[in-house]
Amino acid sequence: MEIASKIILPLFIIIIIFYGVKKKINVYDTFLEGAKEGLMTTFSIFPAVIAMIFAINIFLDSNALGGLIKLINPLLGNISMPIEIIPMALLRPVSGTASLAIMNDIFKGFGPDSFVGRLASILQGCTDTTVYVIALYFGTVKITKIKHALWVGLFADLVGIIVAFVLTNLFF
Amino acid sequence: MVGYIWAFLIGVGVIYSLCTGNINVINESILSNANDALDLILNLLPTIVLWTGILKIAEDSGLLDKFAKLLSPILCRLFPDIPKNNKALGYISSNIAANMLGLGSAATPAGLKAMNELQEINQKKDTASTPMITFLVLNTAGVTLIPTTILALRVAYNSASPGEIILPAIMATACSSVAGVTLDYFIRRRNRKWK
Repeated sequence: MEIASKIILPLFIIIIIFYGVKKKINVYDTFLEGAKEGLMTTFSIFPAVIAMIFAINIFLDSNALGGLIKLINPLLGNISMPIEIIPMALLRPVSGTASLAIMNDIFKGFGPDSFVGRLASILQGCTDTTVYVIALYFGTVKITKIKHALWVGLFADLVGIIVAFVLTNLFF
Repeated sequence: MVGYIWAFLIGVGVIYSLCTGNINVINESILSNANDALDLILNLLPTIVLWTGILKIAEDSGLLDKFAKLLSPILCRLFPDIPKNNKALGYISSNIAANMLGLGSAATPAGLKAMNELQEINQKKDTASTPMITFLVLNTAGVTLIPTTILALRVAYNSASPGEIILPAIMATACSSVAGVTLDYFIRRRNRKWK
């Protein structure tokens, strides 16, 4: 399993670059062009990152989460889900930047190779901003009755979160 | 919606800390927050720039289109209601392929075009059609082969093996996609029976 994980990245790069060379495109110039776009994109998300980090850090530093967890703790019972992951799981469907900010906090506090750090990484990777995507896509074609789209999307996210938890236990 | 959540997080944080006497902590937090955001961006920047460069090669060389073509026979089966040779299927495959490669900027335009095509063949213009819902379920399950931002952050925090989460993440995505598509299928079948 570990080898399979490690082989994905190098394999990807070699396929992409070889295919580019085979198709006779200027791989170096194309790379530079794409990298420049990436630079612009990263800077353009900076305001959103500031906004989200600001709100989330205030929320986390106030320890309101601790109070909230005390309230719902009896409901969670025996599930040994680390509490740090809960706000991330709740915010993931709405804002990718918010969940990214929480993942950053988790890495800072526990390290990326801790259980919760790995769980956060997998969670961020296996779900998407469901609510945002549905609002954007249906909004552009002016559909107001979305039927069961949102619920199925959120159900899929929930399954993803549970599987992420199980796999983190299995893999590491 | 994001606006409400944003205001909620700040509001709850400030009020809770006032009530519990954590006022010093919250002051410190407010003043140092913006620096954290800059750190985060700087951590993300190098890996993202590298990957967008590499993925641009995949896009320009036609590898992305080829990948989309490979996907379309599988996707065909999920969308029995879309007439054969309709453009929507092509856009849907491009969208899913771009999402898989982490090319968000290429995925969204293809996705919106797919929605427009689906709206053309939609009977009731204000109501989501079956293929639209299936498409969005697939899309929001978020299959990503190379999760660039996550890798970037793991590298920045000195992970011993930044890529180790890729495989479990793909497996978890596969499970959630299958769960979403299956649930969608059963809801559709039940609705048909009642009609």
